[in-house]
Amino acid sequence: MDRIPILRMGETLLVTIQVDMQDQTALGLQDDLANKIAATGASGVMIDISALEIVDSFVGRMLTSISGIARILSATTVVVGMQPAVAITLVELGLSLEGVKTALNVERGMELLRRAREEQALGR
Amino acid sequence: MNSDNKAIQAVLADDEAAILDGWLTEAGAAEPGARRAVQTEAAELLRLLREALADGADTAGLASPAWAHVRQSLEAMSRSRAARGQSAGDTSVFVLALKKPLFPLLQARLGSDPAALSTTLWSVTALVDKLAQHTVTTFQQAREDIIRRQQEELIELSTPVIKLWDGVLAVPMIGILDSNRTQVVMETLLQKIVETESGLAIIDITGVPTVDTLVAQHLLKTVTAIRLMGADCIISGIRPQIAQTIVHLGIDLKDITTKATLADALALALTRTGWRITRGAA
Amino acid sequence: MAVEPAGTLPIASEQHIVLSRQMVRALCQDLKLSLVDQTKMITAASELSRNTLIHGGGGQMRWELVETNGRRGLRLHFEDQGPGIPDLKQAMTDGWTSGSGMGLGLPGSKRLVNDFDLHSVPGQGTRVSITKWK
Repeated sequence: MDRIPILRMGETLLVTIQVDMQDQTALGLQDDLANKIAATGASGVMIDISALEIVDSFVGRMLTSISGIARILSATTVVVGMQPAVAITLVELGLSLEGVKTALNVERGMELLRRAREEQALGR
Repeated sequence: MNSDNKAIQAVLADDEAAILDGWLTEAGAAEPGARRAVQTEAAELLRLLREALADGADTAGLASPAWAHVRQSLEAMSRSRAARGQSAGDTSVFVLALKKPLFPLLQARLGSDPAALSTTLWSVTALVDKLAQHTVTTFQQAREDIIRRQQEELIELSTPVIKLWDGVLAVPMIGILDSNRTQVVMETLLQKIVETESGLAIIDITGVPTVDTLVAQHLLKTVTAIRLMGADCIISGIRPQIAQTIVHLGIDLKDITTKATLADALALALTRTGWRITRGAA
Repeated sequence: MAVEPAGTLPIASEQHIVLSRQMVRALCQDLKLSLVDQTKMITAASELSRNTLIHGGGGQMRWELVETNGRRGLRLHFEDQGPGIPDLKQAMTDGWTSGSGMGLGLPGSKRLVNDFDLHSVPGQGTRVSITKWK
């Protein structure tokens, strides 16, 4: 089974999904991220899906789960780079990915994570 | 039915040249120039007809796979005539002219058996009628395709996406907002958001005549898609009557920001994106 | 990937769900569908083949390039001999905005395609057929 690599950049964990994932691989990523957040005390998770041409309900649920798990572990998750066709399809499918923060690109995503870190530091 | 096919097949095989000649003459292609233009098409159709019948195609209908090549040939014929500006009737008349040469040839072959001749003539008439009918249907489909494409272009033209400011896009919607238009707006707007890296899109509905539950759903879909990509949306141009309708119908716009005018929306967009405007002496 | 006008793909493992997406992508590209239409069709196929695997106990995806009145399209059939769907009406209802605990996700898939046909007999199996026209 393929494992999606997780990179660490300071307080942020960075994941770039570039392959058409098997369901198992997605679950594996969820697992690995939970463990790594806990192990590193990371405050932010960025998932780059700019290369994903298909996001179905399984991947959608995975993103929602990761977001929820990270939140419990005091980390903010941001999904970046969603392709327009993917957004249109998700909406039609009825998936709004409640609770998942999104940003247009990596730069905006890092900005979002930085602000979230600041707010958390201020105890908000 | 199949014995009729044999006679038709035989005639198509043995008398092809005569049929082609008679057909083209009947179709009004007397001069060599006009004849050459349609000769290839016609010869091709005859060949495919013969092959289809040889393959055991049933003359009762053209839907089966055995008729696939014949159908494609008829469709090509129809499309090329549509492109040349001819009418559906022209193509149909052209195909129907095929009956003229076939009748006497069949008569010559089956003259001694009136019953067989009768049913064969009926089969061939029915078959050629169906061929003609197919060209008409295809013609209409081709026309509908053109109209659909033109409608899409019209929708695109009437929903331009404008860059109002750095990071702020605006889409003035004009006309009825149906699912077709929503699709086009979503595609164009989302693409522009990516291209310009804009964080905010203002959808102005001043030009949308009515907002009912369905229209509201379309708007909500568009906003959800924009947010999924990481941008946000303001809906402006909400006339007082529309506001009343929305409340009256119990439509929940959730947490979408709404503004009465595009100007208000722009002011808000600028504030949200960190711009401050000061005014000095003019 | 070379494209046949009709064929079958078994759905018996997770890997097959990935393969079905790839196959459908190749078919959509052959048909020259727009990017959005391709994305919708491949996503619908992913949803339905997963259903076939998980709820149907495995089955197959059958595809055919179709044509009506000069209009070309892609038709996919997801077939299994599983337990079937006891309440079809229930299975085809969901509010548009709900997205959690998806059940079979059938209404969502239906919105992604042009034609949607559901045939299921409890105890015998299920067939979902979807078509996308060019």
